[in-house]
Amino acid sequence: MERKSILSVKDLTISFNTFEGEVNAVRGVTFDLEEGETLALVGESGSGKSVSTKAITQLLPKRNTTISKGEIWYHDQDLLKTSSKDMKKIRGKDIAMIFQDPMTSLNPTLTVGRQIAEPLIEHQAMSKQAAKTEAISLMKKVGIIGAEQRFQQYPHQFSGGMRQRVMIAIALACHPKILIADEPTTALDVTIQAQIIDLLKELQAEFDTSTIFITHDLGVVANIADRVAVMYAGRIVEIGTVDEIFYNPKHPYTWGLLASMPTMKMEREDLYTIPGSPPNLLNVPTGDPFASRNMYALEIDFQEEPQMFKVSDTHYAATWLLHPNAPEIEVPDEIKRRNERFATILATKGE
Amino acid sequence: MNKNPIMQIKNLKKTYNPEKDNEVRAVDNISFDIYEGETFGLVGESGSGKSTTGKLLMKLEDMTDGQVIFLGESIQNKRSRQDLLAFRKNIQMIFQDPYASLNPKMTVKDIIGGPLEVHKLVSSRKERDEMVYNLLEQVGLSKSFANRYPKEFSGGQCQRIGIARALALKPKFIVADEAISALDVSIQAQIVNLMRQLKQEGNLTYLFIAHDLSMVKYISDRIAVMNRGKILELATSDDIYHVPLHPYTESLLSAIPEPDPESERNRQRMAYDESKFTYDQDDPHIGLFEITDKHFVYCHKDEVEGYKQKAERLKQAIIV
Repeated sequence: MERKSILSVKDLTISFNTFEGEVNAVRGVTFDLEEGETLALVGESGSGKSVSTKAITQLLPKRNTTISKGEIWYHDQDLLKTSSKDMKKIRGKDIAMIFQDPMTSLNPTLTVGRQIAEPLIEHQAMSKQAAKTEAISLMKKVGIIGAEQRFQQYPHQFSGGMRQRVMIAIALACHPKILIADEPTTALDVTIQAQIIDLLKELQAEFDTSTIFITHDLGVVANIADRVAVMYAGRIVEIGTVDEIFYNPKHPYTWGLLASMPTMKMEREDLYTIPGSPPNLLNVPTGDPFASRNMYALEIDFQEEPQMFKVSDTHYAATWLLHPNAPEIEVPDEIKRRNERFATILATKGE
Repeated sequence: MNKNPIMQIKNLKKTYNPEKDNEVRAVDNISFDIYEGETFGLVGESGSGKSTTGKLLMKLEDMTDGQVIFLGESIQNKRSRQDLLAFRKNIQMIFQDPYASLNPKMTVKDIIGGPLEVHKLVSSRKERDEMVYNLLEQVGLSKSFANRYPKEFSGGQCQRIGIARALALKPKFIVADEAISALDVSIQAQIVNLMRQLKQEGNLTYLFIAHDLSMVKYISDRIAVMNRGKILELATSDDIYHVPLHPYTESLLSAIPEPDPESERNRQRMAYDESKFTYDQDDPHIGLFEITDKHFVYCHKDEVEGYKQKAERLKQAIIV
């Protein structure tokens, strides 16, 4: 099934100038967002997942950011070359965003209703009255009870989950083509998180939005994503469909992430851990930045950074272990278990 | 496991703004024991009162009513500096945010060595430094870190420093309030393994407060589920997960996303209708009832039989 790509990020390279020197936050990120899909960007703090997506909407601070390379194609324009004036027409209309902390992303001095109506008035030239009607219907759609009364209320009168619903209403007000959700459920309780995820999925189907979903929670990814890109030290190290990443992962970092999460079925043996901590991107080490934490590292990992190797048409991973000359290795038990599941899934799909 | 209670909590209450319009019963009449050498998990969503409970047990907040007995002594009456020092020597805390809980202007050596000096456990600088080095080693850090400042470390390393500080006095009891929530997944596993290993070495007892049920299950022997200041269910961690009886526990469990796309696709979430489980506060037949062996549920006396049948059903289902 060939799907059309709606957004295409190519070789994006971003660094920040800091007191201590140049931080190479994003080092050549390439991915396509396909129409109607949810692509999850997974990685630890500092892996570059938020920075990559902020570049899409030109939200990085101009003063100390250098985008030295790359292209971001949306329709037939390169968003990196778009003027900030033109960007204003795209941001919030074609590409909308939801952030982690709904309290800091809402204006505490404006009523919730006014904040939802704003993009409608701004982008769709609606009258105030029409915008209000539309805003109330949006509030109902995202599950805010008593929308007519709550339209007049301020953010502090809403609970965390309700504020995030308000954010979603604002983001979806103009029926965006692309939604970037940056850790939208991380600050919420699990039961509320479940509600928000269900809501996002429902609305996505209704509005046919393509979504980039940033998170570090692999449980959420398993639930919401069609495809997954795993990021480490400013690069995508593995990308594939959700089944490929969860049941047939090829990169040792993905193995480590999956194996270090306790599952409900797990008995209480020691958790598998990735030793050490992520590298400092002030001085990116030579070779694969993951090598020093990787128990499967080969000699070449310390000399040369691996390029993407193809696993299937949809699945790529940047690890030397996929090189034809790489030695056979024993994968962690948790991954073996997952590989067995993959075999059965493939078998049932083949029928 | 040793069955001596190290801490007994009886009818503990904490009410903010009592008798006013904005009265909040953060902790509403809870009772339980924590046994020596166990890890007791306290889970709940934000606003459930789990952190307030932790603070009450540490005497960081004063209780409104009730009694807490730690190592055979009631903690209410400890008011003098001497009493509090003696009390806190045995009970220490690990906090959620590793950066916010370490003084940025102090070196690691001073942070970890601080408690040793306050409690006059060392007689010289040299002795203190020796102990700091040992503690650093115990939590898996190099002793070369001793002269550096918190900002030079990653979140996981800072949390290790926080743990070393908590361990400095060789306490018997450690309250870990969301000690891993702020850390990345791969680092969480490191810290959890470290805490388990330290427990085995030092005969520690943990109160592990968290909202992440999968980690709590993994680390705890017994778990209490809190909601709106009350304990709704208390059981061994296996029972909580395999035989959850209270509908609130079920709804919490059904909401945890698992890193497995197949099971996520087939997931059935359970909603919790609070109104069905709100009881008249003055009814004497309301409380924590033991449904099966050491498995307690907060309910009305008349509901006990129903829960017993449910437990039986769920246990049957596991065997099949």
